[in-house]
Amino acid sequence: MIGAILREAWKSMGANKLRTFLTMLGMVIGVGAVILMLAIGQGAQYVVKQAIASMGSNLFIVLSSFSTTSGVRSGTGQAPTLTVNDARALLELNTVAEVAPMQPGSRQIVYGAANWNTQVYGVTPGYFTVRDWAVVDGDPITETDVRNATRVAIVGQTVLDRLFGDEPAVGKTIRLENIPFTVAGVLDRKGQSFDGRDQDDTVLIPLTTAQRKVFGSQFPNSVRMIMVQAVSESAMAQAEEDINRLLRERRRTPEGQEPDFTVRNLSAVADVQAQTTKVMSLLLGAVACVSLVVGGIGIMNIMLVSVTERTREIGIRMAIGARRRDVLAQFLLEAIIVSVLGCVIGVALGVGGALLAMRLTSIYTEVTVWSVLLSFAVATLIGVFFGFYPARKAAWLKPIEALRYQ
Amino acid sequence: MATAPDGVVVGIEHLYKQYETAAGPVPVLKDVNLEIRRGEFVAIMGPSGSGKSTFMNILGCLDTPTRGRYVLDGHDTSALGSDDLARLRNRFIGFVFQGFNLLPRASLLENVALPLIYAGTPRRERSERAHELLERVGLGRHVEHHPSQISGGQQQRVAIARALANRPSLLLADEPTGNLDTATSHEIMGLFTQLNAEAGITIVLVTHEHDVARFAQREVTFVDGIVTHDGPVRAVEEAAR
Repeated sequence: MIGAILREAWKSMGANKLRTFLTMLGMVIGVGAVILMLAIGQGAQYVVKQAIASMGSNLFIVLSSFSTTSGVRSGTGQAPTLTVNDARALLELNTVAEVAPMQPGSRQIVYGAANWNTQVYGVTPGYFTVRDWAVVDGDPITETDVRNATRVAIVGQTVLDRLFGDEPAVGKTIRLENIPFTVAGVLDRKGQSFDGRDQDDTVLIPLTTAQRKVFGSQFPNSVRMIMVQAVSESAMAQAEEDINRLLRERRRTPEGQEPDFTVRNLSAVADVQAQTTKVMSLLLGAVACVSLVVGGIGIMNIMLVSVTERTREIGIRMAIGARRRDVLAQFLLEAIIVSVLGCVIGVALGVGGALLAMRLTSIYTEVTVWSVLLSFAVATLIGVFFGFYPARKAAWLKPIEALRYQ
Repeated sequence: MATAPDGVVVGIEHLYKQYETAAGPVPVLKDVNLEIRRGEFVAIMGPSGSGKSTFMNILGCLDTPTRGRYVLDGHDTSALGSDDLARLRNRFIGFVFQGFNLLPRASLLENVALPLIYAGTPRRERSERAHELLERVGLGRHVEHHPSQISGGQQQRVAIARALANRPSLLLADEPTGNLDTATSHEIMGLFTQLNAEAGITIVLVTHEHDVARFAQREVTFVDGIVTHDGPVRAVEEAAR
């Protein structure tokens, strides 16, 4: 019985191919848009998630605040008010797991005939822990390197590509401000940071080497920033309070006065970013859903026309024994077939579009199984919802009136 | 198939039908009493507006009477809902219409098999039965054709085959020759006569042509919603008196 009704529905759809196609097109575009938009949203979320994971977990960054020199105020991180001793003191806190005092600067690196401008960081061994960053080839910076201010460098993947190409880098000598450095190790690939920087475009050197030989500061013990890792996610609030209190005490900053440092919760910043992406992808999905609903209305429109056109056929079927539910099932099934078939094509188009977008643009897309399942569920629901009224109209026709219809 | 023990296919007692209009109820059928027995071939006649079409619709379970009883092959139809009426139409009645009323997009085979679908007959049996019926009306070689590819007379034969699909107790033909030329009309009427004589199929035929009615054995004439004649088929002159 179901098989026979299915064949009937298929046949009547085939009888008006152009119209069936146009009706289906509404669903195709709707579903395609939903799949594509969700893929873009999902891709964006994935990228952000990766970036956040690559940043390291439970992180604060302590920056030296602005300084005022002859009335000119410099930006955050410019005043030499944070020191390595601050970092050491912070490590003593119960809520702090690890600290990484850092001195960054942009420098030109030369290897043989190749040169490359990159971000150079003076770091301590704590940096690798805090950033959860492994050295894949060679060795990381050690306490000994920091103590002795050795001239060793750890290069990131981008620097490796730019300077060495396919050559092995460990053991080679690069020049930084004309000072020779031995490449001691190569960092694992990190990818983009959540604010879009290439994290692999970097060179790490011992903090002391950076302070004394590369950047040369008037304040030898000062650092631009300290990354602080809390012991756990739940300890974040307490850690923030502890860091602020400790640093104020060390500076004897009186109550109510603005301190000369800033503590930023990087995880909170990342959360905002993740939230923004989520909202964006929801918005994209919602807009796409509107076109799906429009597609559904198209189905209803055509089904209503179809019922009117086929009134006589409905009359004949009723005369030879079709019950109301048989007529209802026939028209409902037609609506569902159109919407589900449109959905299948739409999914194919959406997936294809997502792959094409990834190929042709820098947008990362990710088609998830649940978005496909959701599309099928919604398409079926739309078929039932928008098909029901026309089908009911057909089923409730009076046999004699339907037969008499010209 | 349930069969009335006394061989009465149609039993109608004190049947009234009136239509509600803005100007008040309009009576169409007034106290109709009729009994049709198995194997009869009845022609229902009457001028237009006589109520014969309304009577035909009630007989075919397409419409329900306002008052009175209609028992079809042992089933009292008075209190039935639309699903039960659909079932009765499917199992006990075969319709043949003036305009053939075949589904234009379906093949002849599918058209004939359609009542079997609604009866829940399995697919293979449907196909076998439809082949057999088309063979019987002389269209065994055209099963895959569509209605538009055959003549009017052939279409009406297909319609008759379709009407017989579920072995109905009653074959209802509403002006079955109205759209056909004289020669073809006689052919179709010949087929009805043959079905009635050889297979004992009960036929009720609605027509206004005496030329067609003469193929039947019994004539029931309606005038203004009342049966004015019930007896053997009369000649034209006799009916005019």
